Amino acid sequence: MSDSTAIAQGVAADTHHAHPPYQRHHFETIAQQNDATNFAMWLFLLTEIMFFGGLFTAYLIYRNWYYPAFVAASHQLDVRWGTLNTLVLIFSSFTVAMGVWCAETRRKNGLVLCLVLTFIFGMTFLGIKTVEYHEKWEKHHIPGIHYSLQSFMDPAKDEAARAYGDKPLPLDMARHTEIYFFLYFAMTGMHALHMIIGIGILVFMIFRAQAGAYTTGHVTYVENFGLYWHFVDIVWIYLFALLYLISRHQ
Amino acid sequence: MSDTIVSLPDQSTARIPKMNYLSKEKGLLSWLLTGDHKRIAILYLISISFFFFLGGSLAGLIRLELLTPQSDLMATDTYNKVFSMHGIVMIFFFLVPSVPATLGNFFLPMMLGAKDLALPKINLLSWYLYVAAGILALYAMASGGVDTGWTFTTPLSTHYVNTQVVTTGLTIFIAGFSSIFTGLNFIVTIHKMRAPGMTWFRMPLFVWAHYAASILMVLGTPVLAIAIVLVALERTIGIGVFDPTKGGDPLLFQHLFWFYSHPAVYIMILPGMGVISEVISTFSRKRVFGYTAVAFSSVAIAVFGFFVWAHHMFIMGISNYAVLVFSLLTMLVAVPSAIKIFNWAFTLYKGSITFETPMLYAFGFMGLFTIGGMTGVFLGTAGTDIHLTETYFIVAHFHFVMVGGMLMAFLSGLHFWWPKMTGRMYPEKISQLAAVVTFIGFNLTFFPQFILGTLGMPRRYAAYPAEFQILNVFSTAGASILGVGYLLPVLYLVWSLKYGEIAGDNPWQATGLEWQTQSPPLTENFTELPIMDHEAYDYEWLERQKEKEVSSVG
Repeated sequence: MSDSTAIAQGVAADTHHAHPPYQRHHFETIAQQNDATNFAMWLFLLTEIMFFGGLFTAYLIYRNWYYPAFVAASHQLDVRWGTLNTLVLIFSSFTVAMGVWCAETRRKNGLVLCLVLTFIFGMTFLGIKTVEYHEKWEKHHIPGIHYSLQSFMDPAKDEAARAYGDKPLPLDMARHTEIYFFLYFAMTGMHALHMIIGIGILVFMIFRAQAGAYTTGHVTYVENFGLYWHFVDIVWIYLFALLYLISRHQ
Repeated sequence: MSDTIVSLPDQSTARIPKMNYLSKEKGLLSWLLTGDHKRIAILYLISISFFFFLGGSLAGLIRLELLTPQSDLMATDTYNKVFSMHGIVMIFFFLVPSVPATLGNFFLPMMLGAKDLALPKINLLSWYLYVAAGILALYAMASGGVDTGWTFTTPLSTHYVNTQVVTTGLTIFIAGFSSIFTGLNFIVTIHKMRAPGMTWFRMPLFVWAHYAASILMVLGTPVLAIAIVLVALERTIGIGVFDPTKGGDPLLFQHLFWFYSHPAVYIMILPGMGVISEVISTFSRKRVFGYTAVAFSSVAIAVFGFFVWAHHMFIMGISNYAVLVFSLLTMLVAVPSAIKIFNWAFTLYKGSITFETPMLYAFGFMGLFTIGGMTGVFLGTAGTDIHLTETYFIVAHFHFVMVGGMLMAFLSGLHFWWPKMTGRMYPEKISQLAAVVTFIGFNLTFFPQFILGTLGMPRRYAAYPAEFQILNVFSTAGASILGVGYLLPVLYLVWSLKYGEIAGDNPWQATGLEWQTQSPPLTENFTELPIMDHEAYDYEWLERQKEKEVSSVG
């Protein structure tokens, strides 16, 4: 092909189809663009599942090996805080879903309200998590050199252990509670990190939404953020079940 | 049968098209902020070449040290650092991104008839992550290096060494995300960006191979990321998850690590196999024999590849039953690889074969990969593995597959698509010479290592018993020939940028959509949306196209 025809056709290709400003140049249609970005988000969430998967595998193995230690250690978590946090996150999922609906139906004020509410729920979750972490700090349940076996060697003196009627663990089993707590901190910590990233994006979106960015008919960004937020919530549901609930009646 | 299929335009009148992706915008910033997949591919090409020669120099140091039985060129712990950095640089900074991030980035959208990858910004981000990881790797090297080997085996990496394990781990974590983003981008592009008429079974096999490799990148790499995070935490704050004294299990690290790192070898080889399919078809003027089988064998390798990781752990204390199962599954992976080799051989059968440089490299690939793959079966057999593992047999096997296989495929693809990427031909004679030199040098370097391994020379030692010296001298001599074979392409490819012959649109008379546009391509790849109205590798369609052109001009 010679130069001149290439240039002529290149110019023609640029001018002959008009498209909305938010359509990127390399997509043929806006539907293709939305499809592609949505699909990419689902794939990204798949990589996240694999990422958390490593930790869940470790949990599964060590729970099987050190079952008594895992039961005793999980009794140290306060199921009331856990339940409250689960409710907070479920509500935040609801507000995000409402936010997507508001964006689709072009309700700017509704969208901003939903995003702000999500922000508040997200911060509440992190606040409650901080209270829980602080409790662990006070009881020396953070793995490391200050880790204390008191609650497991001598459960009669420990309020939480007494409530479940725990029996003292032999020393070598008691020491394995440290692995439980490491996994607890790694998994909830990794989850909290995802929450913090999500809240960062949320703040950015609140400002953009106020400027009317997502209520012009192009809602993929809000939709994809919604997917991410729901995913982080689902991870929490599993963490809540595995870390707080599963050993309650053992 | 003619000698060559190359058809170049008349050199006295031919010009490089004025409008193309290279000339569209000027200046450094237009490169650093580009969203164009072709420019990002060039950026990647430059960066991976740098790391290839860095890793290659480290390999040279290893071979020099092994020239004599004593450890005399460097101290033994320096040697440990050199081979560790050789592995890390070559695997994470060359082999994993080699074909996908350069040739794949450049040609995958063009082969599908798309204007770009689905997510251009993510594509650029992936390059920046690669560069950040690369700089961090250089820093880790300069500030003391790491001596755990590229496998970061616990508890060595967590408890016993005093080198830059955490920094290097972070490097790999970042490089991993670069690779995740590349894979994710490819999958989305293949699903959503195909031109009208481009059905799944009309896609070139190059695209199928990249699809399979991308699945591995997306599913495997995050597991490596978390394993590396755990090693870093174990090392810095002593979390105990891999520490037996606290009830942790070092084998868990092995499982997590190899869950990525075994599929990673398929991430490295599959795109290379894609290149070979294109090259073999083009230079024997035939549709790839058993197109569907070759396409599905890529996917089969990706699927089976996830269920064989524990064959790296046969001597590490996993149960005998696990050994049995993983040994069997390892044999299964050989089947789809063999399907590919056989189908390429049948493609050659009664083809009009010509011997241009890409084809020479492709022949090199077929021979060396077959040897590498078959010796892999030795290692997958539990009994022989116990004798051969941790010896030079493993080193030779891995280099036959990765250097003899993947690097040959990369060079084959680079020569094959060079005219499309730059608009100019590489010089044919000297590049054929380079291909032959590489092949000879390669065999001389690595074949003696098979023998050394069966004789029992362990890997990763700076010193060895004197009776192994003669074979090591062969190996080192071969490595210097191999070095020449790799330097030559750099020289003549750079030379060809200015002095090469004008290539024209389709110098090889190949059928892919990427050849039906100008070279170098326009930023938007095609002047109008291409419509795929024929099967892949349809050389009769190409003939009809040419007739049409002649009749319309005449």
